[in-house]
Amino acid sequence: MTAPAIQLKGISKAFGPVQANKDISISVAPGSIHGIIGENGAGKSTLMSILYGFYKADKGEIWIKGNRTEIPDSQAAIAAGIGMVFQHFKLVENFTVLENIVLGAEDSGMLMPSLSRARKELKALEEEYELYVDPDARIDEIGVGMQQRVEILKALYRKAEILILDEPTGVLTPAEADQLFRILDRLRSEGKTILLITHKMREIMEYTDTVSVMRRGEMTATVKTAETSPEELAELMVGRKVLLQVDKVPAKPGKPILEIQNLSVTDSMGVERVKGIDLQVRAGEILGIAGVAGNGQSELLEVLGGMRADRGRISGSVKLHGSELPMTGAGSDARARRDAHIGHVPEDRQAEGLIMDFHAWENVAFGYHRDPAYNAGLLMDNAALRADTERKMEKFDVRPPLPWLAAKNFSGGNQQKIVVAREIERNPDLLLIGQPTRGVDIGAIEFIHQQIVELRDAGKAILLVSVELEEILSLSDRVAVMFDGKIMGERAADQTDEKELGLMMAGVAGEAA
Amino acid sequence: MDFLTLVQVLDSTVRLATPLLLACLAGLFSERAGIFDIGLEGKMLMAAFFSAAVAAITGNVWFGLLAGIGSSLALSGLHGAASITFRGNQLISGVAINFLASGLTVLIAQSWFQQGGRTPSLLSGGRFEPIELPFAIGPTEAAETGRRLSDLLSEANVLQQVYSELISGHSIIVYLAGLCVFLTWWVLFRTRFGLRLRAVGENPAAVDTAGISVIRLRFAAIAICGVLCGIAGAYLATGLQAGFVKEMTSGRGYIALAALIFAKWRPVAALWACLLFGLLQAIALRFQNIDLGGFVVPVQFMEALPYILTVVILAGFVGKAIPPKAGGQPYVKER
Repeated sequence: MTAPAIQLKGISKAFGPVQANKDISISVAPGSIHGIIGENGAGKSTLMSILYGFYKADKGEIWIKGNRTEIPDSQAAIAAGIGMVFQHFKLVENFTVLENIVLGAEDSGMLMPSLSRARKELKALEEEYELYVDPDARIDEIGVGMQQRVEILKALYRKAEILILDEPTGVLTPAEADQLFRILDRLRSEGKTILLITHKMREIMEYTDTVSVMRRGEMTATVKTAETSPEELAELMVGRKVLLQVDKVPAKPGKPILEIQNLSVTDSMGVERVKGIDLQVRAGEILGIAGVAGNGQSELLEVLGGMRADRGRISGSVKLHGSELPMTGAGSDARARRDAHIGHVPEDRQAEGLIMDFHAWENVAFGYHRDPAYNAGLLMDNAALRADTERKMEKFDVRPPLPWLAAKNFSGGNQQKIVVAREIERNPDLLLIGQPTRGVDIGAIEFIHQQIVELRDAGKAILLVSVELEEILSLSDRVAVMFDGKIMGERAADQTDEKELGLMMAGVAGEAA
Repeated sequence: MDFLTLVQVLDSTVRLATPLLLACLAGLFSERAGIFDIGLEGKMLMAAFFSAAVAAITGNVWFGLLAGIGSSLALSGLHGAASITFRGNQLISGVAINFLASGLTVLIAQSWFQQGGRTPSLLSGGRFEPIELPFAIGPTEAAETGRRLSDLLSEANVLQQVYSELISGHSIIVYLAGLCVFLTWWVLFRTRFGLRLRAVGENPAAVDTAGISVIRLRFAAIAICGVLCGIAGAYLATGLQAGFVKEMTSGRGYIALAALIFAKWRPVAALWACLLFGLLQAIALRFQNIDLGGFVVPVQFMEALPYILTVVILAGFVGKAIPPKAGGQPYVKER
């Protein structure tokens, strides 16, 4: 029997009082794809950072190809044949593909010979693994799928035998993701070992040979993928039974709440982000907007939420309950929107939804700080506000339920629950909600989805923007796909699938399909 | 204005542009590596003082130059410790260096020389002398023929005037500065070190994950910055002038920064930008009061011109200059 490509023995790592990794041992066979799945903060990234020399483990041993190996820094990891493709690419944007690949692996002090040798080497690698890129293209001129290939080529150029990919499909369209997995399959057949870190069940089930589950810093199980099921993995991840499908009755849509006609948004750089779209959201339904990040969904949400009134140009008509909603000038700001009973859970909770250094109870007041219930004459009625926060925290199961804790001290899922509680508890007629479960753990996702569905069942209109197709499909009643600022098409959620939506997200016209 | 006057103005442009150019290239190395350096001014000032002081004491300009470089390097080290090692704010560290240099130079000067915060005037040997290129009309020829240099020059042909006035007769530092432009370009775009330097200013995480030390690279960059600033300061006190006087850099460090932005952090463009600023200074020196058909432009306005241009450039009126992306941010490994 050949030695395992990677063997970790009893790895432990603590950051202060937080035990990020606790006595972790795994063994990965060469020429296989090994998945690591777990919730946010389960310690996956810490473990991989230890393997790539970013952190030093407090305890434990790393064995590579049967040899005990010390990995004090990235240089040592590279020397041991480990390559890493980070979730956020580590590329120099104004360099060419070739320069990025050579960086750190130059042959000598002079650049030109290194570059010309790399060009030849790249050609060979491209043919061997069918990984085609233009070596002279600048990184900021190529798409994310291509950038990811550059990262993989970077690792291969450094003679990596073991490739670690951290949440590789987060930024890809479904078609690009399929392409990535074809590449990984090819790499596996050439004998490379691949560690795939992801929170997407589908990727684990479809592409891995074996899978390890992490929970709260511990490795709870390592199983053969063929011998497990998504339900079992989810239970291992969370520690209890989880509903993977959103449990909801068919929608009973009522009269239109939000009517958008020919809405265009041009940003302050003069780029047209939203190009004349028409949309309608009715009472008692969830309209999901699917699309790869950066296709105008964010701008749409911001305009509706009153966050872009003073930036760029906006044209077109937006009606709420049949009356015109101002898009510019007086009455177009976020305060007016809230007065009109529009709730808004912004896409980036850390930048727009919360002030991270402020207490939870202060964050609960934001946007509604003029509410008479929170005010006592000139001063704010902090006691009432704290009591209200406690009530909301209890109802939304925010853990820990401490109003005076700073927002940054909650986990991602609990931060999001605070924002969602603030907006939903106002009982808005229209809820704008962007990326409701980005960076949120499975248990909290289930809870937030339930809350959204409950609001729908109370006869409210919900506009959902998410880059997670699975979420769009399971939560929405209707789905609209945005590509390049335009609506590519609309579908009833139960009459479409990931494949069709994926094509539309890539810009293939929807109506004809 | 006759041709010889024009040549003379350009000649003085080259001289005045030299310290700017060296400081500008110094800033280029630092900022390309992601370390903003507002302390160019302070480093130049410190180098100006120590070069003049050591040159005055030893009578050897080369010892002066070394002392200037050394003192500038020490300030660079301070900037590095504050902003790289301890991840402090680069602007604050730079401002602190400027204040430190401004006070310390005068204090030490007074304590060493008791001449009101200046160094004694440097004699020949303590200064960088002009180099007379072969076949140029210079003081040597004037002495041999026993005639005045200006007469000899005005009699010469155009080519000889340009050669003798503009090309010949500068100190070695001027030629060195010119060479530095090419060297900087070559290091930046043709060497491994340059590739890494540019990368660390754009995305230090990319450099770090490639297994290269961000900290070592950045210290290397500010060390080069220190050396170039040192030469610039030494040239001010021992080449352009004959000794140190209080605040003698008079904002040249900031002008160099403006030129750097104007040049969009590119070496050859930096040469032209510095020459432009040098030209403005030269014009102000030569034509104290310009008569524009009855309206006399006051000398104060002429002298203020380089600074006005600096403000205009820094305010972003000259095109869009995109600085190195990671500039100003200390590098912290992310989890």
